[in-house]
Order: sequence, then C-alpha cells, then structure tokens
Amino acid sequence: MSEPSLAGDPVIAGPEPAPGGRFGRFGGQYVAETLMPAITELEAAWRAARVDPGFLAELGALLRDYVGRPSRLTLAARLSAEVGARVYLKREDLNHTGAHKINNCLGQALLARRMGKRRLIAETGAGQHGVATATVAALFGMPCQVYMGAEDVARQALNVFRMRLLGAEVIAVESGSRTLKDAMNEAMRAWVTHVDDTFYLIGSVAGPHPYPWMVRELQSVIGREARAQIVAAEGRLPDALVACVGGGSNAAGLFAPFVDDAAVAMIGVEAAGDGVATGRHAATLGAGRVGVLHGSKSYVLTGADGAATGQIAEAHSISAGLDYPGVGPEHAFWKDSGRVRYVARTDADALAALQRLARAEGILCALETAHAVAALDEVAAQVGRDGLIVVGLSGRGDKDMVSVAKALGVAL
Amino acid sequence: MSRLGDTFAACRAAGRPALVVYLTFGDPTPALSIDVIAAAIDAGADVIELGVPFSDPSADGAVIQAAMQRALGAGAGLPGALAAVRTLRDRGVAAPIVLFGYYNPPFVHGVERFAADAATAGVDAVLTVDLPIEELDELRVPLAAHGVEVVPLLAPTSTPDRIARVRAIAPPFVYYISLTGVTGAALAGSHVDADRVAAVRDGAGAPVAVGFGIKTPDDARAVGAIADGVVVGSAVVARIGDGDAAGAPARVAELVRALRAAL
Repeated sequence: MSEPSLAGDPVIAGPEPAPGGRFGRFGGQYVAETLMPAITELEAAWRAARVDPGFLAELGALLRDYVGRPSRLTLAARLSAEVGARVYLKREDLNHTGAHKINNCLGQALLARRMGKRRLIAETGAGQHGVATATVAALFGMPCQVYMGAEDVARQALNVFRMRLLGAEVIAVESGSRTLKDAMNEAMRAWVTHVDDTFYLIGSVAGPHPYPWMVRELQSVIGREARAQIVAAEGRLPDALVACVGGGSNAAGLFAPFVDDAAVAMIGVEAAGDGVATGRHAATLGAGRVGVLHGSKSYVLTGADGAATGQIAEAHSISAGLDYPGVGPEHAFWKDSGRVRYVARTDADALAALQRLARAEGILCALETAHAVAALDEVAAQVGRDGLIVVGLSGRGDKDMVSVAKALGVAL
Repeated sequence: MSRLGDTFAACRAAGRPALVVYLTFGDPTPALSIDVIAAAIDAGADVIELGVPFSDPSADGAVIQAAMQRALGAGAGLPGALAAVRTLRDRGVAAPIVLFGYYNPPFVHGVERFAADAATAGVDAVLTVDLPIEELDELRVPLAAHGVEVVPLLAPTSTPDRIARVRAIAPPFVYYISLTGVTGAALAGSHVDADRVAAVRDGAGAPVAVGFGIKTPDDARAVGAIADGVVVGSAVVARIGDGDAAGAPARVAELVRALRAAL
C-alpha cells in the first residue's frame, strides 16, 4: 500500500508570506515591543527547522508512531448517496487526542525544545488545543500552563480534567468575556512576563507572524496526505474541499496544498450561531470587518460606531472551538482574492449534521466539524453526482456529548 | 520644538524628571475622568497618558484591565476620549496629552480620520502598545501629516538595532518599560539599570521616560534619578477604584502631589 511518507519532507506546502508576515494586506506583527525579539527569534528558529532533515525526521516519526498518521481517507458511501456526490472524509478524528490539533502541537513543541525553552503555555477554547498541548508537554517532560476562559472551564469540564490528568496546570481566566479571546489575552500576558524561558504554543493560524504561516505549514500534513490519498483512490484531484473555520487551522492545513490547483473549489464554513442576522454568531469572515486582534490584521468581529468603535465583540457558537471573534490572516486573504468561498452554518444546522453523519456513517464528529458536514448538500449540488468532495473531519465528538445532549433536551 | 519636547526640556532645565501620569479615559465615568485628569495636572503631573479603553488589553495587568472594564461599562470609548481632550483644552488645560492604547480602535475609526480628529482635539502624541517599529508607520505617517507625534515603546528585550531604529522617527520621548511583564507588576526601583537607561537615551536620541511597576514616591525618586521621566499608571488608577466615585479626583491628586514632591 502506498502511503505518503512524511519523514524527511520539508514542511513547505504553500507560499511564504511576504516580509513581515503579510498575506496581501493581512497578517503582520502587531505585538508589544517586549515580544518582538522573541518573535524574531521564533521566526529564525522556524526557518531553520522547516528544512532541517533532523527536525523533519523527528517530527515525521512522531506523527507516524505517536499520532498514528497518515490519517485515513474514508469514502462515506451512504452519506454520498444522500447528498448526491462522492464524499470522502479526511479522518483527523482518528488521531491521538482525537483531532487535528496534535499535528501543530508536536511541531511547535519540538521547536520549543530546539530553542531551549523550558515551559509551554497555550490558550484553549473548547479544550482540544489545551489537551493536545498538555499531551505533548507530557511527552517531552515540559511544564505546561493552559489558559482557558472561566466560561469555557465550566462548559468543558471533561477536557479540563483531561488536561490536569496529563499534568498541565489549567488557569481559569476571569477577565473580559471569560472565553477564548480572553484566554489568548492572558496567555500573551504570561508570555510577556516570562518571555525568556517560555514558548507560547498558539493553536491556530492566528497571532503574529510567524504563527499563521508556521501553523498552516505544520497542519498542511492534512492536505498533503489527502492529495496523495484521493489521487490513489480516484486517479484525480477532488472537485471541492470543505472544512470548518474558527481560527482556521484545519481548513488552512487541508487547503494549502491545493491552492494552486484552480479546478479545486474550496469552501470554508464558519459558525452562524443563532443566525448571522441575530448578531449572535462567529461568522468573522462573513459578517466582520478588517481589524487588528492578537497580533495580526485580519477580519474581526468589532464594533464600528460610537463608543463601540474598535471594541472586540463577543462571538457566539454552540461549538467552543469556533467561538472566536477573529480568524487567521491567510483566510482573510483567500476571502478577498476569491480563492476560498466562506459560508456559515447555524448551531441548529450543525446539530442536525452531527446526527446525520452519525447515522449515515457511524462517525460521531465534533461540533466544529459538524459545521463543515452541514454545508455538504450545497457543495454537492455544485459538483454533481460524479463530483468528488473531501471534507476535513477535524475531530471526534466525544468531548461534545454533554453539550449535544443539552441542546437536544436530553438529560444524561 | 513640540509641546512634549518643551516639557521634557523645561523639566531638565529645572533639574528634575518629568512626572508622567497614566489615567484611563472613562474611569470611573467619562465626566468624572475629565475631573480626575484635571486634578492630576493641577497636582503636578507634567504629562498625561490618557488610556483609551479597549476590550482586549493584552499588555495590561489586573488594575488597568479593571479600569478599562469600568470605563467600557460607563459607555467610554475612542470618540469619548477624543472629546475629553477637546473639553480639557477648552478649559484651558495646556499640559501635553498622549493618547495611550491599542491599535484596533483607531484602525476601525480610520487612521486618516483618527489623525485629523486627534489633531483637532489637541492630542500631542499617540502611543500604541501593539504597533512595534515594524508596523508603526501606518499610524505615524498620517499622524505626522496632522502634526501629532508618536511615542515608541522600548523594553528590556529591545536590541541595540531596534533602539536605533527609533531614532529615525525623532520621537519627543520614548517610553521604556522597566521590566518584561504587564502594567502594574511589582518592581524594586533599585533594579532599574542606569546604564541601560543611558544606552536607550543614546541609542534612541530622545528623552527616556521609565514606567511599569513604579508605585510609591520612593520608587519614583529612585527611577527619577536615572531617567528623564517617570511614568506612574496602575498605582494612580488603583486610587480611582479605592472609594466612592465622587472622591476619585481628590484621591488621585493626593498621590500625584506626593509623587511630584519626591522628584
């Protein structure tokens, strides 16, 4: 069986951003002066590591032997019949820790070790990135602090417990809206205070340069594998890729290796929460405006009138992993260039899609992932019955069972 | 020379460092914060750094985060901060005022419009925490066209080449953060290194105001002995929340008088 080999490949899936970390007018390094030397050091270390055969061999071996890569590409036969297209699922849910987040965490933790950093810090929303960071911290024997909004700590008690079992310290953030954006603020405060010995392991394609680029490249293993696997299975490239977008790391990782293939359509699916028209949503690309948050220029949910001018709005989604008022700057660039089309699906759409996938394929996906599944009917209508669609199945749904039961009115 | 340049020169001529006081606009309310600012100036503040409330102040510690939450809760924001400066100028307040904040509010307001509005209001300079020298020009250039200066931040981690890049923009002064951390962190004044402050002054070619962690008159005296200016923020802001709102101007004035007497 021919499986794509990872060991030894340079981590180069897409174009480098322009100097200063620009994707068109987006990206950049909007951080306090105190952090600039650390970011410059990180960029230099990343540039060296991404083409270093030793680093790549070590990362490749961990992805294979620890994560279980390559992840499978599964033909979803019954779902295909239902939606009217040939649908393949890129199974990041089968990874160790149950989602795509581990791909990025292993790469950054290896980099942290190379740089001689002593401890890891991370922010987390749903807890998936926190769990993945706590996991690699345990694997490498590094102390780890995870910042999590107090609201999310309450919503995601199971993941908090998992992180603590893995030896991480979970710090509940009480400031602001007590969710992911506030956790990121607090992680940045911790980083600026301990910048000499601490590595900030950002979980998405957000933050200041080089993070959006580095995280996209580390997640591009998803798209590089999917490309080889679909060609092996079908003898051609897919007609469309579909992935959910919060910060946007799993979508960027799936899309990046296909960006130059003009015939491959790409659809990013944001969280519409209660509906974009209600104002209670997380559709940053669909309904936000250009702004600056957490180190980069991109689309953000922000007020634009009177006292609210420039104040970051709260995002709303049933999926804690999509509940973020920003988005990676490369997605902003892809939106403006038209390379990727961004749509949004509501909480109710996601709940229905989660149940549909479960019954059609026996796969319980994460609520984040369910947003991508919810867009399949629309995408299938575009590509037709013989059309090929690859869905980024970014994570499994075990973590969401309490939320789903609650939303469906079921007492556990 | 600009009003800020004049102020630092006058303090130097008087043989003392400038006292720079940070206050958050809108804390505890927009109207009272104007009185607080006026009281701080009357009590001896040479320069006001006026914080623009922001929902996500990722470089600020607990005291200023709380001040911003109070201010946002009272309906304060960027337009109010600009209007407050206009009000102070109309009342005859002549002390230099530096708008201090994060980039998203002026960016969303529109940088050209912000520059024009800041100049009209009587703002002397703008300090933007999340605009390092690499990104500074997108705000600096429009501000300069309207005669408003920018104040760069420098930190213990700033390398000599980064400090030198600041010289090219000829700032009225630089704000040197005395420790790696957030605002309001603890500082032993004696740990601020005189050689480092001198190196920053020489490298940047501008007066150096030192801040972060300066809480007491003794701290201010120790830092003032080696710096051109002393910035006190969290310790002043903490006075606002430390009692009834109406008494805030008097409580702030009391601390500012003590700080000034120590310099």
